[in-house]
Amino acid sequence: MALLTASLMSFLVLATSASAFTLDEFKFDTPGQEEEFRDLISKLRCLVCQNESLEGSQAELAQDLREEVYGMMREGQSKEEILVFLTDRYGDFVLYDPPLKPSTYVLWFGPFVLIGIAAFFMVRSLMRSRGGAPSTLSESEQQRLQQLLNTQAGSEDKSA
Amino acid sequence: MTDDKTTPSNSKLRFLVPLIIFGALAGLLLFGLGQDPREVPSPLVGKAAPEFKLPDLLDPSRTVSNADLDGQISLINVWASWCNACRAEHGILMELAGRDDFQIIGLNWKDDKTDATTVIRMTGNPYKRIAHDPDNEYGIDWGIYGAPETFVVDRQGIIRHKHIGPIDPPTWERVLAPLIEKLNAEQPGKES
Repeated sequence: MALLTASLMSFLVLATSASAFTLDEFKFDTPGQEEEFRDLISKLRCLVCQNESLEGSQAELAQDLREEVYGMMREGQSKEEILVFLTDRYGDFVLYDPPLKPSTYVLWFGPFVLIGIAAFFMVRSLMRSRGGAPSTLSESEQQRLQQLLNTQAGSEDKSA
Repeated sequence: MTDDKTTPSNSKLRFLVPLIIFGALAGLLLFGLGQDPREVPSPLVGKAAPEFKLPDLLDPSRTVSNADLDGQISLINVWASWCNACRAEHGILMELAGRDDFQIIGLNWKDDKTDATTVIRMTGNPYKRIAHDPDNEYGIDWGIYGAPETFVVDRQGIIRHKHIGPIDPPTWERVLAPLIEKLNAEQPGKES
């Protein structure tokens, strides 16, 4: 935690001392291309400030990656090619949208499976309780109840 | 399952099931809390080390490249003069520099040449070679996102492990040393 705070502090100091990065330096021929570029970098996570996209991060590495993406786009590479290039090097972590594949099935379907299981048991218990006669205690349970009540009564004067 | 004749053990089990499910979920979340989100697993582990060719920091007339990794087990340590955690691991790297069953190659990353040279001169040089990459020319290919980071590359030039953050004694003892031992057993080097 101390390390995290320290690194955050040093980042803030660095961020204020260095001039801020803007997206103005990335020039495009058409507004459409620019939009595509912004869309792409907003889908990519900065690995230094992990809750920021490459579109907004002021980390130096984010600038390097923006330049890389820009260069690849200018070379005419497709969005998919650029995403593959980056995931090959940094893993799926750079994507804000985790891809659907066996290792992420739990992530994608887990909550629905859990809700399904819970719904199944809820419906079942609702069906049961409807029209079910009030349950009576069995012989052994009656005895146990009596026992509990007795110990309760017996322990009261001891608990003081 | 009929419910009107529940045996005590059966009803006990019914109360235990939600508890077990809750316990499993809580355990999973607790495990998640213990994970460091700043450690991003590298997809490069198990793949060949990416190509690189950079000037040697201390001897600009020569280059450092994949050829320097040939037939050797290498720790490739990403460092910079501006990186505080790198200073923390410098001592352990100096200790390891004397070992002859692996070599330590430095990758001086996004760093000023004068600053980097000064650090080496003042604190000592644990590296066999130092590749100097001031403009992050190869960092993206290696999936580097900070310093320090350390790759373990085997004699075939395959990345076998990546450690993120400084190497501290527990990391060395529990992770890196056993791995290097394993790699040495796998492919014994030339007797020196």
